[in-house]
Amino acid sequence: MDAELSEYARAAKAALSGVSPEPGVSKPDPILMADSVRRRFGGLVAVDVEHVEVQRGSITALIGPNGAGKTTLFNLLTGFDEPDSGTWNFDGQPLDKVVAHKTAKMGMVRTFQLTKSLTKMSVIENMKLGATGQRGERWWNGLLPFTWRSEEKAIEARAEELLGRFKLTHMRDEYAGTLSGGQRKLLEMSRALMTNPKLVMLDEPMAGVNPALKQSLNQHIKGLRDEGMTVLFVEHDMDMVHDISDWVIVMAEGQIIAEGTPDQISSNPAVIDAYLGAHQGKSLMEDL
Amino acid sequence: MDWGLILDLTLKAFLGLDAVYYIVAALGMNVQFGYAGLLNFGQAAFMAAGAYGLGMAVNYFEYSWWLGLVVGGVYAAVLALIVGVPTLRLRADYLAIVTIAMAEMIRLIVRSVTHKDKFGGTDGLKGFADGFQDLNPFAQGKVYGIGPFQASNTAVTVLLLVIYGLISLGIGYAIARKRKAAKLVPTTLIAGAITYGITLLITSRVKYLGSELWVLIVGWVLVGIFSVFVYMLMRSPWGRVIKGIREDEDAVRSLGKNVFGYKMSALIIGAVLGMFSGVLFALKNSNVQPDNYSRAVTFYIMTALVLGGLATVTGSIVGPMLFWALLAFTDVFLSELSDAQGRVEIFGIELLKDSSARGQFRLGMVGIGLILLMVFRPQGIFGNRKEMALDGR
Repeated sequence: MDAELSEYARAAKAALSGVSPEPGVSKPDPILMADSVRRRFGGLVAVDVEHVEVQRGSITALIGPNGAGKTTLFNLLTGFDEPDSGTWNFDGQPLDKVVAHKTAKMGMVRTFQLTKSLTKMSVIENMKLGATGQRGERWWNGLLPFTWRSEEKAIEARAEELLGRFKLTHMRDEYAGTLSGGQRKLLEMSRALMTNPKLVMLDEPMAGVNPALKQSLNQHIKGLRDEGMTVLFVEHDMDMVHDISDWVIVMAEGQIIAEGTPDQISSNPAVIDAYLGAHQGKSLMEDL
Repeated sequence: MDWGLILDLTLKAFLGLDAVYYIVAALGMNVQFGYAGLLNFGQAAFMAAGAYGLGMAVNYFEYSWWLGLVVGGVYAAVLALIVGVPTLRLRADYLAIVTIAMAEMIRLIVRSVTHKDKFGGTDGLKGFADGFQDLNPFAQGKVYGIGPFQASNTAVTVLLLVIYGLISLGIGYAIARKRKAAKLVPTTLIAGAITYGITLLITSRVKYLGSELWVLIVGWVLVGIFSVFVYMLMRSPWGRVIKGIREDEDAVRSLGKNVFGYKMSALIIGAVLGMFSGVLFALKNSNVQPDNYSRAVTFYIMTALVLGGLATVTGSIVGPMLFWALLAFTDVFLSELSDAQGRVEIFGIELLKDSSARGQFRLGMVGIGLILLMVFRPQGIFGNRKEMALDGR
């Protein structure tokens, strides 16, 4: 099995092998670090994370039962929501009070649980929108095509290459609204890559995707790591988590309850409790 | 029934000033609503900003009239900022509510007695257009035909033939491109020639007063400039971001775009176009009256825009033209049907008792026409059906 691993995969595994599997443990080279991030919705504390780090160049899975606060944590980290307290930084730069579009420019891009394809735009337009810092995106430059034409060509070439990689080339000029659910997931992921991110945050990339496509999505996510990107993803499909992640962070009721390699996590009693309940395996009639 | 008269007056409205100032305002609303998804129900207020900017520049600040464009532009941009800053961070509905309230507030403020010294109360402002009419090369009271062969000397005939020829060629090219014709040049020439013929036929029947004609020419030149402006903007990467925001602003935000800034620019661009529309309207009437900028104006412009088709430049040009042609046609048609007392009778059934009911009946008929359009062609005349069909997903 190990023979199949790429050098990046091996590097990530090696870097994380010395890390002890406990919640909030520090890692050798964190790209993302958060301290005492807390978000309250009325009486409900949705997220209450003491400390968490994401190792650079690894694939980290964020798992937990429904309502554990995974998506809320995503929103907080990417500036789509504001926490009540807490600090966090990305690649050494503080991120608290940084608005969403700036986090993306810094190299931290996210996708959404409910896919957001821009339905009335063609696939290629969707892709080209992803490139950051385009000159023609200022309206006065927009009026002067010669200021952005060459840049546009470069962006289009990059977009087409990514479409090829995600097997969407044949849909290039179709409206994004005509794509199937799985293709939209692919489109959203490849559009996110147009921003040249350092950290890709995928919110349930496999939700509603058929098994065959899941396999290829798996390969794509591994591919991101093998290009030097860091991946943080939320997922419920444990087989997939086990298959591709280097490190797993488990959340329940807003807190991080466990961390470790996939193997360590699958034998962790706290995780089994959180997912299946503390009384799993016992008959419901036992107490009577 | 005089069909010639009906045709003449319909064509006159088709090319007339009402259509022109609607087109400019509709282009602005198209940037906001058609492309960026910003529901601005207060376009009348931005038009008022332009009209009052012009009026006040001359009557209150005592500048020359063309500085009124600057004053109006500042008014419109400031209004857009005041409305946009609190609402553009919220969902689209809030902008709609706030703009409609703002438009009413502006109208009530400018017609109030308290500010009569600045805005002239319910009487509004007059006399500011003199400087503009001084530049008028046409005799104010004379009636001019706009057809090439109605001109008084050969030079004008040739000039008009060339201008209409170039415009027809441009339209022919646009049609050829739209139909994705295999042979671009022949298709352009054929479509252009047909357009040229129709243009010559139409223009030969239409006459305007000298004072009107001057505003009309300035207006159509502005329409040309602004159409190219909007078209270029929407084909640029800027337009791509704007359309992305219409579809899903969170997705665009996640890709590193400052959504608030883009929405604000779109709102201001639309507002400034609205301001130019107001200026044209003020020049047309040579006065500004607060009640010309009521809610109804905004909704009529919106109607004309939807009639033409959202998110297309052609739609915002042809929509208002057809809207006014339709209004003129129904009006003249009904007046031709009626007897001396204004009573209309069809097949022995009394349709209208007297001429006072004609206005309402006419709007009702236009309304039915629009309902039929929405049923059979929901995307408008030039809108994209494929795009429209993706809405429900």
